[in-house]
Amino acid sequence: MTIFLIRRLMQSFVVLLIMSLVVFAGVYAIGNPVDVLISPEATELQREQTIQQLGLDRPMWEQYLIFLKNIAEGKLGTSFVHNRPAITLILERFPATFELAFSALVIAVFLGIPLGLWAGLRADSFSGRSIISGSIILFSMPTFWVGLLMIIAFAINLNWLPTSGRGEVGTFLGIRSSLFTIDGLRHLVLPATNLALYPLALIIRLTASGTSETMSLDFMRSARAKGLHAPRIVFVHLLKNILIPIVTVIGLQFSVILAFAVVTESIFSWPGMGRLIIESINLLDRPVIVAYILVTILIFMLINLLVDVLYSFLDPRVRLEKM
Amino acid sequence: MTPASQKAVEPTIEIENLKTYFFTRSGVVKSVDGVSYSVAPGEILGIVGESGSGKTVTGMSIMGLVEKPGRIVEGSIRFKGEEIANASERRLRQLRGGAISMVFQDATTALNPVLRVDTQMVETLRAHKKISRREALKTAEEMLARVGIPTPEKRLKSYPHEFSGGMRQRVSIAMALLNDPDLIIADEPTTALDVTVQAQVLLETQKLCREKGTSLIWVTHDLTVVAGLADKVCVMYAGRIVESGSVDDILDNPQHPYTIGLIGSIPSSNTRGRKLQQIEGTTPSLLNIKPGCAFRERCWRATSACQEEPPESSFGPGRTVRCFHPCLDGEQYESAGLNA
Ligand SMILES: Nc1ncnc2c1ncn2[C@@H]1O[C@H](COP(=O)(O)OP(=O)(O)OP(=O)(O)O)[C@@H](O)[C@H]1O
Ligand code: SF4
Ligand SMILES: [Mg+2]
Repeated sequence: MTIFLIRRLMQSFVVLLIMSLVVFAGVYAIGNPVDVLISPEATELQREQTIQQLGLDRPMWEQYLIFLKNIAEGKLGTSFVHNRPAITLILERFPATFELAFSALVIAVFLGIPLGLWAGLRADSFSGRSIISGSIILFSMPTFWVGLLMIIAFAINLNWLPTSGRGEVGTFLGIRSSLFTIDGLRHLVLPATNLALYPLALIIRLTASGTSETMSLDFMRSARAKGLHAPRIVFVHLLKNILIPIVTVIGLQFSVILAFAVVTESIFSWPGMGRLIIESINLLDRPVIVAYILVTILIFMLINLLVDVLYSFLDPRVRLEKM
Repeated sequence: MTPASQKAVEPTIEIENLKTYFFTRSGVVKSVDGVSYSVAPGEILGIVGESGSGKTVTGMSIMGLVEKPGRIVEGSIRFKGEEIANASERRLRQLRGGAISMVFQDATTALNPVLRVDTQMVETLRAHKKISRREALKTAEEMLARVGIPTPEKRLKSYPHEFSGGMRQRVSIAMALLNDPDLIIADEPTTALDVTVQAQVLLETQKLCREKGTSLIWVTHDLTVVAGLADKVCVMYAGRIVESGSVDDILDNPQHPYTIGLIGSIPSSNTRGRKLQQIEGTTPSLLNIKPGCAFRERCWRATSACQEEPPESSFGPGRTVRCFHPCLDGEQYESAGLNA
């Protein structure tokens, strides 16, 4: 386990380094922020001063080295626009995105696994077929469109739920989140449900196919032949086997939701990282873009690590040392 | 017979005219088509037949584990006098793994790969008896020791993949013995093992059953296995029992051409040095089977009479043959061409 963790950390470091270069080069190629940042009326002198101040007059490799040096010192650069450390900007927005993604995933898992189990166990019934058809429809519907429909239906026509913002934020165990107030939860329901739709469809499909495949295996027949009660057969013998691929997908989906909640955040005016990155790209606020992407990669790697560790708990045949 | 003596020999399991069919899209598969047998307490019945003859489906029918599109369409299964064919799921669940247990064909896949052996054994016990986890663990440990697994208290904590094939089979057998069943259905549990391990497992299982008076149905496609183990034998072909009798009857005096063919493929003292004989052809598809004797295409004694269904004729208690032209004493070997 320890060896595995050390090796994984070293791999992650190398990946992060390579990615930082790619990202830096990519952002450099997008365009020159000076054109956006400096007002056209500025004098030539002001212009040059700003460029110098931002370090944009130096060659690219030098900028990159400065960037690396800053990272080593824990500084991911300062936003050109907000004139505050990029990492602070991102971390400020992170809780909002995290609670949105987390809620979406909770909805997807706690709805998706039971529905998938039902559909897998009753594949021939009307309800089973309906669940599968429903998940196919969910797959093929664009998130933003469903989001707009939800706003029209629940916020505008029925006037049940608010349409935008994060609502009131409560504090519990030192964590500030809108999960802890009624108003916050009311604000969260629509965007979280919207964001949950795709992973929900995925989990339903995966659970259903895993269920029907596993049910026909010999050891499931043994379980029935031992006279076990149906709940034990389904929730221990079956679920523990199909959970392995499901956990992988949940992990991957969590990273994806977390990083690309952009669309949902825009529709519901959710003050998360997704909104920040859109703004930053519009303004070519390089340090924020770079910091955002690096933080995202870090989250990806962290979740992958978590999935692998979980994996070894779920599947006794998996040895972390060999991964 | 007086009612009292009848009661004394009440069979553990008594199957009568059992028919289990699968209603598939391409037609009806008559996997078990009128099977009857009974096993007394402490008795060992061997069921022999080629692949696809319906041995497993018969066992699954007793356990009430036949799944859609299959079902028991006719016949009765009496377990200690109680009719259990198509019994309620609740009653069947009580019996399964409790009074009746089944060991499956392939030990490598019969255990759940992601659950520890102790979990799988304890749950079997606790599904049928109200006992503490600790008591259950103790019973499980004793049972592993009895089937010859060294350091059982350590092995309990292992996962199935940490056992060898032979050891896994022992675990399966131990699991079947856990609740002191009255009947064990062992479905070719030794096929995947090498010969010495097979013999060992067989011997031990036999001993355990004899000690406890457990009835044992041992399914195999290998007559040699049955020879050293069973009291009586049923030979199955295409969903039917074509011949039955005591082990000695079947081995020394087989009458059905198919049984003779099976014996022809055993290496024994009087066939030693000769090339082993295989019965030509394969089991016919049980899908939409033609009327008449199912063995007819492969039978060297077939006549036009065999276009009809051969009736079952009985010679003495428990001795039956289903054939128009059974081989009577002595003639079979020449007829089978085994001396050639
Ligand atoms: N679920 C099912 N659907 C359709 N047909 C089935 C099903 N299960 C079994 N059968 C058919 O029933 C017949 C008997 O099968 P069974 O498994 O009992 O044979 P067996 O004697 O145990 O053979 P083997 O020695 O290979 O285990 C086979 O022809 C098989 O195709
Ligand atoms: S009934 Fe006819 S075909 Fe069938 S086994 Fe007997 S002789 Fe052969
Ligand atoms: Mg079988």
